[in-house]
Formats: sequence, structure tokens, C-alpha cells
Amino acid sequence: MPVSGVSADATVLSVRQLTKLFGSFAACNGIDLDIKPGEIHALLGENGAGKSTLVKMLFGVLAPTSGTILWNGQTVRIASPAAARKLGIGMVFQHFSLFEALTVAENIALSLDDKLPLAQIAARASELSHAYGLPLDPHAHVADLSVGERQRIEIVRALLQNPQLIILDEPTSVLTPQEADRLFETLFKLRAEGRSVLYISHRLEEVQRICDRATVLRHGKVTGACDPRQETPASLARMMVGAEVAHVSAAGTTTRGEVLLEARHLSAAARTPFAVALKNVCLKVRAGEVLAIAGVAGNGQGELFDALSGEYPVEEAQTVQLRGKAVGRSGINDRRSMGAGFVPEERHGHAAVSALPLSDNLVLARYWSDRKAFLSGPLGLIRSGAVKAAAKRICVEMDVRKSGEDPAAGSLSGGNLQKFIVGRELDRQPSVLVVNQPTWGVDAGAASRIRQALVDLAKSGSAVLVISQDLDEIFEVASEIAVISEGRLSDAYPAGELTREKIGLLMGGLYGKTEGAHAH
Amino acid sequence: MRIELEKRARPSQLHSLLSPIIALLLTLVTGAILFAALGQDPVRALYVLFIGPLTEVWSLHELAVKSAPLIMIGVGLSVCYRCNNWNIGAEGQLVAGAITGSIIPVLFNDWHSPLVLPLMLVMGMVGGALYAAIPAFLKAQTNTNEILTSLMLVYVAELFLDWLVRGPWRDPQGFNFPVTKQFQPEGILPELLDSGRANLGIVFAILAALAVWFMMRFTLKGFEIKVLGASERAGRFAGFSRKGMIWFSMMLSGALAGLAGICEVSGVINKLQPEISPGYGFTAIIVAFLGRLNPLGVIVAGLVLGLTYLGGEGAQIELGLSDKVVRVFQGMLLFFVLACDTLAIYRVRLSLAPAAKEA
Amino acid sequence: MGIFESILLTIATAATPLLIAAIGELVVERSGVLNLGVEGMMVMGAVCGFAGASLSGSPWIGLVAGVAAGAVFSQLFAVLTLSIATNQVATGLSLTLLGLGLSGMIGEPFVGEAGSKLPNLFIPGLSELPLVGRLIFGQDPIFYLSVILTVGTAWFLFRTRTGLTLRSIGDNPASAHTLGIPVIRYRYLAVLFGGACAGLAGAHLSLVYTPQWVENMTAGRGWIALALVVFASWRPARVAAGAYLFGGVTIGQIHAQALGFGIPSQFLSALPYLATVVVLVMMSRNKRLMMVNTPASLGRPFVPDR
Repeated sequence: MPVSGVSADATVLSVRQLTKLFGSFAACNGIDLDIKPGEIHALLGENGAGKSTLVKMLFGVLAPTSGTILWNGQTVRIASPAAARKLGIGMVFQHFSLFEALTVAENIALSLDDKLPLAQIAARASELSHAYGLPLDPHAHVADLSVGERQRIEIVRALLQNPQLIILDEPTSVLTPQEADRLFETLFKLRAEGRSVLYISHRLEEVQRICDRATVLRHGKVTGACDPRQETPASLARMMVGAEVAHVSAAGTTTRGEVLLEARHLSAAARTPFAVALKNVCLKVRAGEVLAIAGVAGNGQGELFDALSGEYPVEEAQTVQLRGKAVGRSGINDRRSMGAGFVPEERHGHAAVSALPLSDNLVLARYWSDRKAFLSGPLGLIRSGAVKAAAKRICVEMDVRKSGEDPAAGSLSGGNLQKFIVGRELDRQPSVLVVNQPTWGVDAGAASRIRQALVDLAKSGSAVLVISQDLDEIFEVASEIAVISEGRLSDAYPAGELTREKIGLLMGGLYGKTEGAHAH
Repeated sequence: MRIELEKRARPSQLHSLLSPIIALLLTLVTGAILFAALGQDPVRALYVLFIGPLTEVWSLHELAVKSAPLIMIGVGLSVCYRCNNWNIGAEGQLVAGAITGSIIPVLFNDWHSPLVLPLMLVMGMVGGALYAAIPAFLKAQTNTNEILTSLMLVYVAELFLDWLVRGPWRDPQGFNFPVTKQFQPEGILPELLDSGRANLGIVFAILAALAVWFMMRFTLKGFEIKVLGASERAGRFAGFSRKGMIWFSMMLSGALAGLAGICEVSGVINKLQPEISPGYGFTAIIVAFLGRLNPLGVIVAGLVLGLTYLGGEGAQIELGLSDKVVRVFQGMLLFFVLACDTLAIYRVRLSLAPAAKEA
Repeated sequence: MGIFESILLTIATAATPLLIAAIGELVVERSGVLNLGVEGMMVMGAVCGFAGASLSGSPWIGLVAGVAAGAVFSQLFAVLTLSIATNQVATGLSLTLLGLGLSGMIGEPFVGEAGSKLPNLFIPGLSELPLVGRLIFGQDPIFYLSVILTVGTAWFLFRTRTGLTLRSIGDNPASAHTLGIPVIRYRYLAVLFGGACAGLAGAHLSLVYTPQWVENMTAGRGWIALALVVFASWRPARVAAGAYLFGGVTIGQIHAQALGFGIPSQFLSALPYLATVVVLVMMSRNKRLMMVNTPASLGRPFVPDR
């Protein structure tokens, strides 16, 4: 299904002065963008730069406030995703638009505008998925599929419409390096057929590898258009971030002390039908060390965090050891009292309550470990003066930018809130810190500050465990690296001994697990 | 035309204060239209309903009598609803409290002691709390929806009371009426002043509201309620127990409903009979929301809803209007309160452009 | 007609309103909306059904009036929860409270008036068949509607593309929105259908079950219907089974009251309510089952951004 020929300098899609206002905030401000036939075009930008807003307008999910969109030279109004699909635009969302309770075929049927029988859709999907090297079982339930498989559904769904332009939003953030390579082959195949790809990413290395041209966004504006192969990662980063980002000076220089946090053959059953069971996880984090756990989303990271933090205590006390004591059955506050601190992945509604002010969010994590300072009397009165002073101290220490004295957590940007949440733990000098996805969705400046703080904490003699999906981050902070896959944890390796490829194999669960899973 | 909502960066303080007032005004306007449709003079009808009762001392007493149970129950419910425990069976807990609180004056009718009344009150609260413990247990231990179970138990409690007063507890000298013996003076809640019927109940109600307000505002327990209501997961991260909060909030509201029940029986009716409440347990749901789930707001809201009961009686006598009108007013009021509350969270815009279908 | 036959017949009559109201609510909940106003819409259906029949002289017009009342009333809930995203639990409760009040006011002139009953539909020949004749071919017209609604809803939800779309919205409205499915419009229609069903169920009470108007005559049936949806784990056939089980309990306790047995009548009257609690607990204890079957977005407001 090749696309009919068009002249060389024609564009499939052009965007002129496209603007989207949310209230008075300009998520996209006068964007210009040209996509040619048969090219892979990168849209680069940090979190919050306006990439997602832009593509949602292109796919008809959001209505632009002003500006024009030209499709094959014609001005168009894309009022709905159905209209976008009719034009020939396909979309693969970052947070998939899938339905867990339904089958693959049903999920595909919902995005098709012509009402074919399900059996026929299943047949076509299966045929197409094999042709592009994306095997799929049309009768499987989405809830049972891995993240990579879910992405395939989205891609096949888009391809079934025979699109001229396919938009992929951060597609590799959920893939192992090997899976990403397979995706890139699919994209090259699409390019060879004369289709265009708009590839959204903040990963420079990838963009340089596969993209023909790039447009860079910052704060909702275009800050550059270039051929990524002609640029250096540093020059691309400058366009993205607008300034040099401080480099994290890594750990690993200090001597290792005693083991402060340990999991001994830790297993935990899946709590819900959609969760992952932990299987025989063994890990040790010593004083002065940052152990990073890499892995693709949904392989048991959240469950591991829950077991280590004590939010969901495990059956056997021995399986989690904190400073030499068996704490597997203890709750999160007991573990905090022993000097541990915890930063969960989700900021809103887990690490913090969006509607409550920062001072209340400080009480949230520390009322028990700091009860002498923050509570008084048998009624448990909260000493608001002490709490507010401590919150202020944290904001200064971590450079938290906020509006007002004590604003609601929800009013802070992701980066600033994360700085507060990490600072909340650092403020009490924890001897053990467990962090899940420390800089997920955080801007580069805040991310580098948070990473440096983690490294510094380890240098000062604490044990730090970082769970992350971001390999760049892992290589920046880790002194040791282990990989989690389907609830099993690999051995830990010194950071210097591992390459991306090797981590990728471990992520796929392919690499030899000498101790963790089999030996015992 | 379509309605578009845009989330405010932070809830509007002004709207939070204004929304119950706007809701009240809208209810009055709609009510006026309703009266006009019924062939009444709307101004006079609203006067009889809402102003008349405030002009005489005896009816101010009546207002206190009617508002007391509404405030007591509403305060408890506001705690429940704050942490997403939807106890809607307060009417049943009221009945349960009335029954357990009446054990002494009915079965030991001859016991004259200053201990009788305090014991009655305590037993009423215990009864209400235990009855609320049933849906709490079912939610905490078996994951069963508390909305449905607490409501079903209302019917059960009412039928049980009906059986009691027609069966084992019926006054043998009561000419076969379904009532228990009249309580002795030691079992009757004292009146506050000589000028009317208002009794200690309103004092209990206001004390309960102040105590709960203090808890919500200054203590860790109140903080726990707010956190668990906003996000269970954040509550778990803080080390708060969701199950513990189910028990606490349900039993607290049950105890207050039980207190309302025994106060009503002891202070107003002075005996048990098949019907002891004109739906206070349900009206208190409206009170809780109109008071914005804030115990001080609940005091005001309780007085407003108490006024509708009182005005309803006046409307029946003076205008020949059905007492059902009051329940319509109460229902409308809750609707408007909920609608106006949204304005505090969202900016509402009417978009005149139709959602275009063409590409 | 034997006593056994007549008991079965009354069970069907007692089960029908529960079944219809629950089927309507099932569709609403499958779209991700929790409408706790079933009791209120049902009682509005009952009073308007009775009033319509009484004023026009035709129970058929009453039937239409009941359905219309439930449908119109449901839209109050829809506007609040769908267009301005109010809390569904609180709004549903207020719909019930308003419905109970409003029905009392509307119904006041009709209290004590003898009503007219919808005629049963007999099919010559078939209705005379032994045992099943009256049971299957001599029921009131709403009974047949309930059968059609149950089968039709099952077919719609699991065999049609529109039904698939409705289920997808209940599973994940945000995904549905990004695919361009008009989430809010679907939910409006689902709530409308639920309201019409509740209205029909109410009309059955005042035109068939006990042809008269008594205040609060729904007596918690709307709530039992809500419980039935949970009991049935959101499947139409199981709703029917549950409704007939409850019909059986209701009729059983009435017969037990007539026979005496020395059990206080109040205890027997409490049975359907206690049975509801027991049944709910039985279903809910299996957390896994509940999590798999409950529409994932149930009760959560959805605000699409444009």
C-alpha cells in the first residue's frame, strides 16, 4: 500500500503559527512545522515543552486556539480523531489509549471507523502485524499483555488505517533496547513505503540514529529545526533545555561500608490481577553505594518498592533487612523510625496529596519519625509552626520554586514538587533511601539536581536504592546496577562493567541469572 | 451549545464560601416558581416557610429541637464523607440508638436515679455505633459496598422497632397502642429554658460540632481523615490505616446518630413508638453537604434544614400546603449545593460553537 | 390454577420491577456511571404512572407517563454528573431524596384512589397449556417487556459495536476520548436508558403489582436493584437470576406471614433487605472477581479536555 508520489519539496503536513492556550497558559505558542513524505521527523523537547499538546492537536483530540494546519497543501480543520484518521494520520500514544478489559481485536475495532465484523478485523490485524514483524494474538486480553505488546496493538491499529503519517509519542520509553531496535526496523520499513513518521522523544541518541530531520520545542515554542545527524548531543541538548545542564559527578569514589538494606529471597504474591509477583529477589545495598535497578515499566518495580518500604509488608520478616534487623512484617513508619526514607514513583496521590499545602505534605511522610518535633500532647496536635519552618527549610535547600508561602502541592510543576518530595526525605539525613523513578517527567534542571543529591547522600555514607527506567539516569548515578524483569531481579554488577546491550538482554530476562532465581 | 469545564489551578476560596449561599438563593427562586405554579403567592409562601418561624420565641425553641438531631448526625456524616465512607444509613443508626438508649426507661421503668439519663445517652451512642459497625465490618473485612448495606439496615432497624413496640415492649396499659411506657422524669432530657421546648440536645449538637471541628483542624486524626479522603494511596504511604478509618468514621457517625435518636426519644417523644424520626438521618446527608463537610458549616446548615421542617408545618396550617413540599425543597437544595460546589473547582464556560463534525 | 402455579406467577410479578430497574442500572454502570438515584427515578415512575392512568383513564398512557417520568428525571442527574462533573454518589443520593419528596407531593391527590391495572396478555390456546400456560403466556405486558429488555441488553452489550463502545467507555473513558468516541454523549444516553427503565419498573409497581399509589411505595426496591447489579457482576442473565431469587424471597415471606409459623411479621418483612446484604457480602468477598468484573471507571467523573 504505497502512497502516491508527490514532488520532492511538497509536505505531507505543515503547521503554521499553531497555538493552544489553557486559560492564560500557552502550552503551544506559534508553532511552525513541516513534515515531508518519506521522512522520519523528530519532535524534540523536554517534559512540558508542549510536544504532547501539539500532537494532540494534530490528531484532533485538542482544538487549537489559533493557527493553521495544512494537509498535502490544503488547509484543514481536524475536529476529531476520526477526522484525523480519515485524512490519513495515525497515532501511537505514550500513555496508550487501550482498554484493559477488552481483547486485542476489540481494541482495534474501536478505532476503526468502518464497521467490519470482529473476525475480519482480527484476521487483518494478525496479517498486518506479521508483515511488520509485530506479532500479536488478536484474541488475547490487553490486561494480560506486556507493555511492549500493548504498544504493538497501538501501532497495528494505526497501520490498519493505511496512514500517510504516523505519530509516535515517546515510543521507546517503555521498551528494552532490543525491542526499540525492532521498532526502528518497522519505522524504516514505513519510510521505505513513502510514509512519514513524526517521532516524539527526549532521547537524543535515538533521534540522531533514526531521524532525518528534527524540530526542537522549548516552553511551547520552536527553538530550532535541524538535521540531527549534523548536530552533537550537546548542541541538541542546548536547544532543548536552553542552557547547559550541570553534570552529575558520580558516586563510587567513597569506600563501601556495611550492608544497610538487604532483600533475602524476597517473594510476594501479586495483590491484584494486574500486578506482578516478586520472585525470590535478592539485593544488598551498602553504605556509600547507589544501587540502581533498571527495567521496563511493569516488571515489578512498584511491587518491589511496596515491599521494601513496608507499604505492603510481606509474610516473612527475614526477607527484608534494614540495618541488620528483620523488618519484612513491619509497617512503613517503623522502617522510617529506623532511619529509612522512601520516595515513590507517583507524585500526585501517592508521595503527595495535590490538594494539601506543602507543609501538610511534609507531615504526611514525617509525622511519625519526627513526632517529637511535629506533634504535641495526647490529642496529637500538629505543631504547625515547626512544620512550616521545616517545609521552608526544605524549599530553600532544594531550590523549590513556588508561588506563595505554602501553596498546594498540586500547583507546583512536576520538577519542583519532586524536588520537595526528595528534599523531604533528605532533610532528615536518612541512612537508607529507596527511590522509585526519581526524575520521571521532571525537567532537566531539576533532574540533575535530584540526581546529584542522591549521589551526595551516598557519598555521605548512606545506602541509596534507585529504581529507574531511564538508562541515562542509571549510568549517571549508579555504582552498582541490577535489572528487574517479570518480578525477578538479576545479580548486581558494578556500573562500569555493564553496557546498554547487556542491560537490554537482562531486561528481556535472557541473561544468565546465576544466583537470583535458580540457585536457591 | 455545550458546557466546558476548565479546572482551576486552585479551588476558589470565594466560591467555596459563596456556593452554599448561591445554592440557597437558587432554591428559593425555584421554590417561588413552584409556589406560583401551585397557585400560591410566592412571597407569602416563602415568608411562611422561612421567616415566620423566626419571629416567635416558642418557634425558635422548636427550631432548636428540630435542628439538634440534624446537626449531630450531619457532623458525623461530614467526617464519614470526608474520608469516602458513604454511610447513608444514619436513619437506621438513629433508630438503633433510640432502642438501646430506651432499654433502661422501658425495662426498668421504676428505677429512679440521676444515673438513668447519662446511662441512656451512653447506651444510645453505643447502640448507634454498634449498628454502624455492621456496614463498617462488612466494608473493611469483606469489601462490601457500605452504601447499600447501611441503607438496607435502615429498613431492618425500623422493622425491628416496629416489632418491639407492638410486641415485647408494648405498654400493657396503653390501650393496645403501639407505644412503650412513658419515661419517668429521670429519663427525660431537661429543657433549657422555661420559654419553650428546646432541650439539652442542641447543646450536645453544638458541642459535638465544635469537638469535631477541633479534631479536623488541629489534630493528626483530622489530618488522617483528610489524607485518606483525598488519596488512599497517599494515606498508606503515610502509614495510615484505611480499615481503621472505616471503623473510626462509621462508628463515630453511628454514635452521633444514636445520640440523636436517644435525645429525640428522651427529650421530645418521651417514649418509643413505631415512628420516631421524620427522616432526620436522610436529611442530615443534605446538612452535611450544605455545610461543605465542615462541622461549623454543619451547624448553620442544620439550622437551615431545621427551619424547613418547621416552615413546612406552618405552611400546612396557614396555606394548606402539603408537608411534602418541604422534602421537595430539601432535595432541590442538595442538587443546587452540589452544582454550585463544582464552581469552586472548575471554571464553567458555555461554548456556543457546536462541536463541528467536518474535517 | 393451582396454588403452586399462582405462587410462581406472583414471583414473576415481584421480580419484574427489580429486573427492569437493575437492567437499566447495569447499562448505566457499564458506561462507568454510578447512579444511586434508582429509587428516586423508580418512585417518580410509580407516581407518574399512576397519575397518568388515573387522569387519562388508560393504564397504557400511565405506563408511558411512568417511563417518561423516569427518563426526564434521570437527566437531572446526567446534567450534574456529566456536564458539570459533580460527585456521582452525592448526586445520585440527592436524586433519590428529591424523587421521594416530589413523588409525595405529586401523589397526594391520588392517595386512596383505586387504580386501574394493566390487563394481562392472554394468548388463546397457549395460555391454557398446563402449568407453563399462564406462567409464560398469561402475564402482564411489562413482564414481556422485561424479558425483551434482558435479552436485548445482553445482545446489545456483547454482540453489537455500539455495545462494545459503551463497555470501552466504562473501562477507560480517557482512552475512548482520545480515540474520538463521544464519551459524554454515550453516558447521557446510558443514563437516559437507565432512567426510562427505572420509570418503567416504578410504573409496574403502581399499575400491576399493587394498582394504587402509596407514598414511598418502592420501599427500597431501587436500592435492591442496585445491589442486584453488583450481585450479577454486571451481566444481564445473572441480573435476571438474581431478580427472580429476590422475587422468590419476597413472595415466600408474604406466604410465610399468611401461614403464621409464629415468626413475627416484621422479621419476615426484613428478609429481602437482609438477603440483599448477605448476597452482597457473598459476591464482594471475592476481591479478585470484583476487580475483574467492575467497570474500571465506575463512579469516577470524567472531564474531557478540548
